Amino acid sequence: MAQKITISPVTRVEGHGKVTIHLNDEGEVTQSRFHIVEFRGFERFVQGRPYWEAPVLVQRLCGICPVSHHLGAAKAMDVIVGAGTGDGLTPTGEKMRRLMHYGQILQSHALHFFHLASPDLLLGIDADPAVRNVIGLVTSPDYRDLAVQGVMMRKYGQEIIEATAGKKIHGTGAIPGGINKNLSVEERDRFLKGEDPLNADTMISWAEAAVTLFREYHKKHRDMVDHFSKFPSNHLSLVGKDGALDLYHGKLRAVDAEGNKLLDDVDYQHYLDHIAEEVRSWTYMKFPYLTKLGNEKGWYRVGPLARLNTCDFIPTPKAQQAFEVYKAYTNGKPNDMCMHTHWARLIESLFAAESIKELLEDSDLQGEDRVKKGTRQNEGIGLIEAPRGTLFHHYRINASDQIEMANLIVSTTHNNQPMNEAIHIVAKAQMNGRGKITEPMMNAVEVAIRAYDPCLSCATHALGKMPLEITLFDHRDRLIDRKVR
Amino acid sequence: MQKPVIATTSLAGCFGCHMSLLDIDERILELAELVEFDKSPFNDIKNFTRQCDIGLIEGGCCLDENVHVLEAFRKNCRILVAVGECAIMGGLPAMRNGIPIKECLDEAYLNGPTVRNTNEMKIMPNDDELPILLDRVYPCHEVVKIDFFLPGCPPNAELIWNALNALINNSEMDLPYEVFKYD
Ligand code: SF4
Repeated sequence: MAQKITISPVTRVEGHGKVTIHLNDEGEVTQSRFHIVEFRGFERFVQGRPYWEAPVLVQRLCGICPVSHHLGAAKAMDVIVGAGTGDGLTPTGEKMRRLMHYGQILQSHALHFFHLASPDLLLGIDADPAVRNVIGLVTSPDYRDLAVQGVMMRKYGQEIIEATAGKKIHGTGAIPGGINKNLSVEERDRFLKGEDPLNADTMISWAEAAVTLFREYHKKHRDMVDHFSKFPSNHLSLVGKDGALDLYHGKLRAVDAEGNKLLDDVDYQHYLDHIAEEVRSWTYMKFPYLTKLGNEKGWYRVGPLARLNTCDFIPTPKAQQAFEVYKAYTNGKPNDMCMHTHWARLIESLFAAESIKELLEDSDLQGEDRVKKGTRQNEGIGLIEAPRGTLFHHYRINASDQIEMANLIVSTTHNNQPMNEAIHIVAKAQMNGRGKITEPMMNAVEVAIRAYDPCLSCATHALGKMPLEITLFDHRDRLIDRKVR
Repeated sequence: MQKPVIATTSLAGCFGCHMSLLDIDERILELAELVEFDKSPFNDIKNFTRQCDIGLIEGGCCLDENVHVLEAFRKNCRILVAVGECAIMGGLPAMRNGIPIKECLDEAYLNGPTVRNTNEMKIMPNDDELPILLDRVYPCHEVVKIDFFLPGCPPNAELIWNALNALINNSEMDLPYEVFKYD
């Protein structure tokens, strides 16, 4: 290990995401690996900092969904200051945070769908890279309106974040035990009945339209959408006490590929009884698994697809309707079709838009009782459903209020094994007996990874279009082919 | 007149500065009229295709490859702008400066509560495929010459927008007090 650490730079190709594929004598794919090449050292350097800094510090790991880290850390700090877990806060505290979170889900899902995924869907995966992006969409007469919708939906979500957190990116609204501001009547009215399109009703109708847009696409491309990189797996997420989809707070639930419950009603303060991580030498990203099934069988998916597999229903009417159609497609069984993640994500956007409206209509947001405290604890765990899946924050604090230990499991890390599986499947389908990296293969690998919307080490997301390098080795580990793009 | 060409990258940053650029919202339509994008995570262009006018850099250097990308930006861009605290001073990732990197790795892979009992073989990420971590996180200006600095974590969208416009029009920058923040 020592020889890895050096100050003298050596030449390597740029790449945040890297794939290597190994072939056997017969030219069959035996091993495919997805390497994550970023390391920050957060768990160590946060030690010694006062605990109340955590919610503002840690979000700097990821500027794409900083609210998730902000709230994940704040929820852990709620436990530390004795305010209990999620539902222990004052109504104003909890609901302001929920509003912030659903604002974030809306903006992040809009970003993913309109800015990143829709150019592939609408312009085609093989369109010229120079136009296959959001700028290409806004400058194309056919799609300009749709692109503008995406931009405005993201704007609305960002403005909700600004009104609840103080800033659009890296805000400071959530503090241990609650929130540092409430929502003024003027702010509320602007979000509820603001000038078109920036109001709650328009967001709901656009989110509905996006679900329809995906279903139309599905009808035309059923084969690809249903079969591309499909594989069975376990699924994990938080669900509300009553089994409802809830992205802010709940209990841990995991189901297997058949829908049997592996974990249910688990208080996440005890996550260490159920989840461990494996370290592998070829990537900085760890591999979490359910301890009761072990590292080989215990891996699972998180994110929109997993959440709609674990929850029983969606507590807002329009999203519930869309959910019923979605569930009927697999006869109520867990959905393991990778590309259906887009569908699930759009149903969640609709749920977020409806939730925002409900929250805005609640006068608790104007309450004055913002913070709660109780008996100080030494250890706290905060979990939240980030846009890309379950996010774990765990801290231990010493008597001088300094952080002594921090452990983070970010959403993309949970999806580490699933992404490796997806790549292996695609590699086998495209490569067996070819011995050469082809253009469709590059595309397929990228699309398979992108469906997970990975936020690589929560810092190298590259807007879903990370640089990709694929290397092919023969059975003697000799390099046969390498392609970068 | 030919449109100015812009390239952007994230080194050891969090993408928050890129997100802040997206926070210009509907003015992205104006931006699309005003400039062309070359290598940038906003599109699929992964290598420079031509000489660019403006390069926006988010993040400092934490890996050897960050240094190479930054050098390539210096070579291919007429004007380089360090956007945000990470690019200017290393930012949050630089909190590891002063701590031996081995301690950081040990904490993540050997001592953490979810690996402590399972990593019996004491496996560490050390494969040849992984790039090399630098001894500390370097701000951009310690690696190449930087022409302009935009403070903020992230810099406010207005600040980025005004700066871009000033650079494009070769005009003085409109710099109201409210948008100029060190945070
Ligand atoms: S300056 Fe702030 S917003 Fe920009 S990359 Fe660094 S941490 Fe993220």
